[in-house]
Amino acid sequence: MSAPAQKRIIFQHIDEPGYTNDLACYLKHGGYEVMKRSFARPPQELIDEVKKSGLRGRGGAGFPCGVKWGLVDRKSGKPIYLIVNADESEPGTFKDRYIMQQDPHQLIEGTIISCFANNVKQAYIYIRGEMAEGARILEKAIAEARATNFVGPNILGSSYSCEIFVHRGAGAYICGEETGLIESLEGKRANPRIKPPYFPAVLGLYQCPTIVNNVETLCHVKYIADVGGEAFTKIGTPNHTGPRIFCVSGHVQRPGYYEFPAGTVTMGQLLNDVCGGPLPGRTFKAVIPGGSSAKVMRFGERYKGKRKVGTDMVDYDWGVEDVPMDFDSLGMIGTMGGSGGVIVMDDSVNMVEALANINAFYSHESCGQCTPCREGSLWMKKISTRMVHGDARPEDAALLKSVADQIPGRTICAFGEACSWPTQSFYLKFKDEFDSYSEAKKTLPADRRVLV
Amino acid sequence: MIQPAKPELVTVNIDGKEIAVPKGTNVIEAARMVNVDVPHYCYHPKLAVVGNCRMCLIEMGMPAVDPATKAPVIDPATGKQKINWIPRPQIGCGTNVSPGLHVRTTSPMVKDAREGVMEFLLINHPLDCPICDQAGECKLQEQATGYGRGYSRFVEQKNVKPKRTQLGPRVTLDDERCVLCSRCIRFSRDIAGKDVLGFVDRGSYSTLTCHPDKKLDHNYSLNTVDICPVGALTSTDFRFKMRVWFLKQTNTIDTESSVGVNTVAWSREGVLYRITPRQNDEVNDTWMADSGRVLYKQVAAADRLSSKEALDALVAKAAALFAAGSVSIVGSGRSSVEEQFLTKKLATALKAQGHLVNRTAQGDKLLISADRNPNLRGALVTGLISQLPCSELKQLSREIDAGTIKTVVAINEDLTAAGLTSTQLAKVSIVYLGTHANATSAAAKVVIPTLTVFEKAGTFVNQQFRIQKFAKAVPGLAGANDDLVVLSKLVAAAGGSVISELNALWTAIAAEVPVLSTILYRNLPDTGLLLDGTAWAGLPFVESETLHYKPAQPAVAAATA
Repeated sequence: MSAPAQKRIIFQHIDEPGYTNDLACYLKHGGYEVMKRSFARPPQELIDEVKKSGLRGRGGAGFPCGVKWGLVDRKSGKPIYLIVNADESEPGTFKDRYIMQQDPHQLIEGTIISCFANNVKQAYIYIRGEMAEGARILEKAIAEARATNFVGPNILGSSYSCEIFVHRGAGAYICGEETGLIESLEGKRANPRIKPPYFPAVLGLYQCPTIVNNVETLCHVKYIADVGGEAFTKIGTPNHTGPRIFCVSGHVQRPGYYEFPAGTVTMGQLLNDVCGGPLPGRTFKAVIPGGSSAKVMRFGERYKGKRKVGTDMVDYDWGVEDVPMDFDSLGMIGTMGGSGGVIVMDDSVNMVEALANINAFYSHESCGQCTPCREGSLWMKKISTRMVHGDARPEDAALLKSVADQIPGRTICAFGEACSWPTQSFYLKFKDEFDSYSEAKKTLPADRRVLV
Repeated sequence: MIQPAKPELVTVNIDGKEIAVPKGTNVIEAARMVNVDVPHYCYHPKLAVVGNCRMCLIEMGMPAVDPATKAPVIDPATGKQKINWIPRPQIGCGTNVSPGLHVRTTSPMVKDAREGVMEFLLINHPLDCPICDQAGECKLQEQATGYGRGYSRFVEQKNVKPKRTQLGPRVTLDDERCVLCSRCIRFSRDIAGKDVLGFVDRGSYSTLTCHPDKKLDHNYSLNTVDICPVGALTSTDFRFKMRVWFLKQTNTIDTESSVGVNTVAWSREGVLYRITPRQNDEVNDTWMADSGRVLYKQVAAADRLSSKEALDALVAKAAALFAAGSVSIVGSGRSSVEEQFLTKKLATALKAQGHLVNRTAQGDKLLISADRNPNLRGALVTGLISQLPCSELKQLSREIDAGTIKTVVAINEDLTAAGLTSTQLAKVSIVYLGTHANATSAAAKVVIPTLTVFEKAGTFVNQQFRIQKFAKAVPGLAGANDDLVVLSKLVAAAGGSVISELNALWTAIAAEVPVLSTILYRNLPDTGLLLDGTAWAGLPFVESETLHYKPAQPAVAAATA
């Protein structure tokens, strides 16, 4: 079965010849019309549309956006803030930066609509520190929008006012964790906060109720405000509605970003048909489906169980290629849809070395606040680096796994899971390679490139 | 006395033990009440909760209720309400009690979590316990023994960090030992009000340091050493001086000001090594100022007074001076209640006027008050004075000038510092009772060396009218005499009759001083007892607000008569 054609909604104008990121071009394509129409509706109606749409956050956790908005403390009398999480730092993910660089006004429109719906007067776009170009483009776009009164005081005479500020991040992965982001925005180290009591919906930025949404999520909100929640649910699967952007990287013929209705393509279709399959003479070995912290899948393994189709429970028996790319299906087989960053590895890759690379990343990015993640991530890195570049012992693999098992579920934020799941899943799926690595290493060329 | 409002109680179950605890209590404190230890590093009862060490992970559950009917779900096996246990461990410090909360601290999940955290804390921790000052009072040592696996699986290189950073004039930091609990950061920022500490770098390489161009030099810096759960922050003064397990702990009171900070004096074989704060939630919580910690050095100071002459001979010389009459007495707000009581007796026997030396300075709004006499209120309670002392000894000065005073008994007070001139001192005979040499002792006809606060026992009444006792930490210096013995002998020489033994003396005090009528020294609790100070409520005390103290009325300047 070949893959269905791409259906681009969020990425409609990305890489479109002649489409520029200025306001004039955006207006030519019907820009800010949805915002104008939204201002004519009661805010609660917009919230209800988002709830009805079933939109799940596209940052990685897939938390329902409508529920998140519903948790906001609206009785405290304090201002409500909205923060656009544009820190996009999960390795393998590169969708938000294209929206910001090529279609910034889509994000601004989505942000203003969301702010209007939630009675937010001030929004911040927290953009990853390394994305200097994106920040410049956003600043320019906001200035354009402010000049035409799409942003700022009394927008288009609606008596609704909203400011958007761009804040460049501190250049750390943990700044993308929502409470860490809030700390960083307040000017402190991005140490995630403990929950309870610091749920952003109640005690967020400056201890005020705060909504933190991903860039892509807010673009979906704009689309939902346009077509309605009902129409949005027609796209994708019942529990993963709307379009889904995949960022495919690694060993495929045509890596890049692709947008499909969620759940309509399988891993096999995405990698083979859309991305052109493995490089010449190679075969796929493993794929990480949702950013580097998602659990790895091994080609050749089977996933069996029961799943709900409509109201019936039906058996499934999938290979990696058969798994539909939606939150539920990927969750069911023990990994996750995450941020949509699909990282492909072919048979040229040694899994121990790949893990050493991932471990090096996470140990570098741990904020250092809580013990299991701080010490565990570096210990795992030290072990895997030693295995690759020093002495690998037969017992190292089991030690790695055991260290990883001491981390998840015991940390302040989800980084504990993010840094331990790769080790746990790599070991689980490629135990043979880990156990025999000390032997395999003897055959490796002495002049191979130093990885970490 | 007004009783505090009864807190709302919540019943929780900890390791099978039911207990009612006040609402808002966290699991660590609730467990403490049933003698269950929940190990922790970053949590401190007097600091903000951050939940970063993850040592206090516990298993937690709530009674099950039917979602539809809200009726309790009964477990058929036990006949009791079923408990829905949360599958992930939760932090005890950040979890407040709620009705019906169930906690397990000994389950396999908790044991595993503790072993994991302990192992992680130790992998980059140096194995220098044999030379570490914290050994013996180290939470990492204790909890590694209590909750760790007992062996190491770590074969990599440990992280290398700075070993001896001078954070300030009194605190030395060993960064490799730091477990990044952030207690010191929170203390400095939230309690001392000086945001000077922070972490740089990230992950396991995070390093505690001072902010650029800042120093940990505030007067409360050594509290960070006290609350450091490991040997990272050490007192530059105490570092490498003595093993803590050799030290004897004695409860004492800080004599710096009328706050009356509760302290512990640590000594071995008659030598003092350090002073640390002692918890008293009504006075100083768990803190004290750095300036109070060096006071022990006065015990072995070079200018200590001692005498080879027998006390009776010294008293006889004083008695000869008393015989001439016209005596005036300068008592001290640094003397204990008992000494002030005897001073009053001496004044009565000699028909002498009792004076007190005023000692005020700026308060720091925390644990040092404007009145630098630790026991001014003791002098009021015992009747040694009835008004607050003037800024200088003006009346005595006038009397000396007029020649109506022949002898002055100065009790541990330097009269020149209190406003008298050396010419005036030369005009009278001085009997000096004191610990250290000064201009007055030099001018005195009779010098009777006495003891410092660490060498004797007694009580002070602080600014709250709280009577607090201090005990004798080290034996008195040879050639110095117990103040009570000296005073009672002087009273006898002046024709009076009193007892010098502390407990017996208290019977007399209780009989004669109405406010103290129900108090005995040996029954006094370690955290003191609040006295009824209403009789002196109208006096213009100089103290302004400090921790756990609010002046009854706006503070006005000391009366100047």
